[in-house]
Amino acid sequence: MTDTMPQQRATAALERSALVQAYRTMRTIRAFEDRVHDEFATGDIPGFVHLYAGEEASATGVCMHLDDRDAIASTHRGHGHCIAKGVDPRTMMAEIFGRATGTCKGKGGSMHIADLSKGMLGANGIVGGGPPLICGTALAAKQAGDGGVGVAFFGDGASNQGTTLEAMNLASVWNLPALFVAENNGYAEATAAGWSVAADNIADRAAGFGMPGVIVDGFDFFAVHEAAGEAIARAREGGGPTLLEVKFTRYYGHFEGDGQAYRADEVAEAKRSTDCLLRFREHVTATGRVPESELDDVDAAVTALIDESVTQARQAPKPAADQLTTDVYVSY
Amino acid sequence: MARTINYREAISEALAQEMDRDQRVVVMGEDNAGGAGAPGSDDAWGGVMGVTKGLYDRFPGRVLDTPITESAFVGAAIGAATRGLRPVAELMFIDFLGVCFDQIYNQAAKFRYMFGGEAVTPVVIRTMYGAGLRAAAQHSQALYPIFTHIPGLKVAVPSNPYDAKGLMTAAIRDDDPVIFCEHKAMYEVTGEVPEDAYALPLGEAEVVRDGDDVTVVAIGRMVSVAEQAADQLAGDGISCEVVDPRTISPLDTDTILESVEHTGRLVVVDEATPRCNLATDISATVAKEGFGALRAPIEMVTAPHTPVPFSDALEDLYVPDAQRVANAVKATVGYERSGA
Amino acid sequence: MSGIRPVVMPKWGLSMTHGKITEWLVEVGDRVSDGQDLAEIETDKIAGTLESNQDGVLRAIVAEAGRDAPVSGTIAILAEADTPEDEITAAVAEAREQLESGEVAAESGPVVEAVEVGGRRISSAVLGDGTEPVVLVHGYGGDKNSWLFVQEPLSARASVHAIDLPGHGESVKDVGDGALTGLAEVVLGYLDARGLGSAHLVGHSLGGAVVAQAAATDPGRVSSLTLVAPAGFTTEINAGFLRGMAEAGSRRELKPHVAQLFADPEQVTRRLLDDLLKFKRLDGVTDCLRTLQGTLLDADDHQAVDTPALLAKAEVPTAVLWGAADQVLPVPQQHSPQVVDGAGHMLHMERPNEVVQAVLAHLPG
Repeated sequence: MTDTMPQQRATAALERSALVQAYRTMRTIRAFEDRVHDEFATGDIPGFVHLYAGEEASATGVCMHLDDRDAIASTHRGHGHCIAKGVDPRTMMAEIFGRATGTCKGKGGSMHIADLSKGMLGANGIVGGGPPLICGTALAAKQAGDGGVGVAFFGDGASNQGTTLEAMNLASVWNLPALFVAENNGYAEATAAGWSVAADNIADRAAGFGMPGVIVDGFDFFAVHEAAGEAIARAREGGGPTLLEVKFTRYYGHFEGDGQAYRADEVAEAKRSTDCLLRFREHVTATGRVPESELDDVDAAVTALIDESVTQARQAPKPAADQLTTDVYVSY
Repeated sequence: MARTINYREAISEALAQEMDRDQRVVVMGEDNAGGAGAPGSDDAWGGVMGVTKGLYDRFPGRVLDTPITESAFVGAAIGAATRGLRPVAELMFIDFLGVCFDQIYNQAAKFRYMFGGEAVTPVVIRTMYGAGLRAAAQHSQALYPIFTHIPGLKVAVPSNPYDAKGLMTAAIRDDDPVIFCEHKAMYEVTGEVPEDAYALPLGEAEVVRDGDDVTVVAIGRMVSVAEQAADQLAGDGISCEVVDPRTISPLDTDTILESVEHTGRLVVVDEATPRCNLATDISATVAKEGFGALRAPIEMVTAPHTPVPFSDALEDLYVPDAQRVANAVKATVGYERSGA
Repeated sequence: MSGIRPVVMPKWGLSMTHGKITEWLVEVGDRVSDGQDLAEIETDKIAGTLESNQDGVLRAIVAEAGRDAPVSGTIAILAEADTPEDEITAAVAEAREQLESGEVAAESGPVVEAVEVGGRRISSAVLGDGTEPVVLVHGYGGDKNSWLFVQEPLSARASVHAIDLPGHGESVKDVGDGALTGLAEVVLGYLDARGLGSAHLVGHSLGGAVVAQAAATDPGRVSSLTLVAPAGFTTEINAGFLRGMAEAGSRRELKPHVAQLFADPEQVTRRLLDDLLKFKRLDGVTDCLRTLQGTLLDADDHQAVDTPALLAKAEVPTAVLWGAADQVLPVPQQHSPQVVDGAGHMLHMERPNEVVQAVLAHLPG
């Protein structure tokens, strides 16, 4: 059942400062990912990175409704969720470069960036690893009675994982304040979602787990923001979990280095016509909500921030040898 | 006031006293109350072996039944722990670790390290292990070596009611993930247990019996098997020092090595199957660090490299018994190096 | 009229069920007197010396050295020199048969009961139904069981109450601010709870200062004081011992401190250390012990209590005993305590008869 909200209603609900904030977040994610793409090509970034470019509206639209009471779990493609939840891009970049100044002191890397102080339970190298954890954070919020929610971001690949299905069932059975965001970018590694997901839509499964299922256009910030807002409000009020399926495409490969032989040229098409930043900018300037100049200022500030992140990351020291065996336990 | 209670009651008492002391402690698992959604009584079971009986009424809202969905609720316990709760989740049989292992070893165990030292994950996973009840291959394993292998986890294996209460209390108070292994054949075993609350240190072995001729390190239920063997051997003039590690991660190697320094001989009794179990782990440590003290090769008494058989005739051969331990001790005592 | 009097295995402490005779100190034919050492006996918890509670001639030994016997089992026969031999033989045979069969009339030990004092649970062990009440108060880190060699002999002449101070034994694990006056209030409150107008108070170490304070607070309630190596008589004190007892986290760490309590370190059995460690691990105990250090020690690690001043205020008949080899509280140069050779700080366990005699000397008749 497709459920998209009219843009006019959504725009009226957001003040100018919020619109600018949304733009800033999406622009930061885009600039961050594009830059990581470039830096990775130099060979100076260890390991694997999985880039979120193209999907910014999802993380941003959802996380704008969240605060310190709330926790999120992410996937291997986690940079966008980190930035949207307030993790500092400078420490993130340092982490990706494996430096001691990184968010995780260089011990986690791109796939494990986390900031528990901001309720960001980490990017996760295990597909489907996040949803059960979010059942837990939602349980803790419910026990605390603070109205907090847990949001699990996962991909179309993870939507088939047993852990994801179990978590959705448990969230309904326990009536948890949770939101399951299935970010369907069309591919799980090199396999099309249309092939691997037996139902027509991931959201069709929601009824099977006793919760509402909503589908939104992932390139449309306002659609995501509106649908997420409804679901999160419902969760906060004790109305239980929701499955939100966000449909879009990723601009890069599954990982950097992926030749993407399995794709057609949908990326070029998207960049031209449905790109979330383009559409957002067009809409808020055309309706007079935010002047172009203010958005240009944001662009410039973001560019500077990303440049600073890379400069600092490249100059930062790598972890000292004695860090190898620390931080395993609180005490042992 | 110390009085005689059994292993089940000791664990239950630890849970109740900690839930009383700390509102953040919650209990979850399949039928930990029992009767969810059913017309009969709530708290119908209190856990399959009754360990959590009575907690449901005493602590409303803090004993959560679950569907049969280990990866979700074990993962939930872990996620909740990162957000300030102190959950005790039950993995009913250690044999079921396969269906939720990722949440335990890739998530809980690694958060602190991967996230650079910030994460605190104070979750306890209690689970039943062990053979002897004819529960057959998928309900009788002693898989604690698998947890021991994982950096970031702690593993407790209490051998008696006093230790069970003290280690459960310690596990709940500990800020790291703890796997608490209860031998399913020990719930009726009795012992003196103080009424007051107390915690034992994790990582402290107990010298259960002082001796001079051989050190016998035994895990969990094997401690009482080792004690039986020691009684028998005393009649033959052989004095055994029996060491119970109590926790296998962290492992108190100091106490084990100190004992081997004294006796010069080591037998390790471990119900787990022989490849990569605690017997091999402890033996290797002693062989390396206590080499000079050893007067005989180390003996290991373990299950065979097979699944657990069902028929009582076979299962009785599977689990180490006092006679096999005594034979192993005699082998170390009677050892003479040829050609020396 | 045969004059046969059995010597039985004593019950030392609440948990003793049997003991092993390690050595007989007298021989068949010896004349023994009341209070004379008869045999060395060992339990899994402690070793002690059995003293005779009557006069007579040792006519037979029923359980030889090395043998185990249950509490109340007959282990020797006292009689007169002229008691017929066949009567002795018969008595021995009967006693041996009882030991073999395992049927021994169980002697009831102390009755353990908790009473409410000031809203707090105080555990006590009461033995003897004599008219004179005696209350035994243990020291820092101890409990009512430490009087095991004293309570039984005294119970013949008195009603003997051994209590656990707050923070110890089976009493509530909370000492409040740990002040001596508060602890003394607990002792006086115990008398109230038992309906005792007054009692003879016996205190060891910290317990000695506590009972002295009780007498200073309310002299009319205290018939006499027997102080066994009491705190507060000198400025010097083994502060390291106090801290070590509180902070030791394992049996290994505890052993050297506990060894300082006795003249003979061999008296520190495995069981003693185990029980002490289990006690220390109970919630709240370490905090209690640390608080009590504040009561016993001043900023310079000298004794903060002045017990002679309390005694002067109390004006109650007082006996003070000390083990010559005390490594925790040095024997005071002044105040003329009765000094006992061969004993350390745990005089009431190492030379219990001296303590028993000192208490009995206070009792009428």
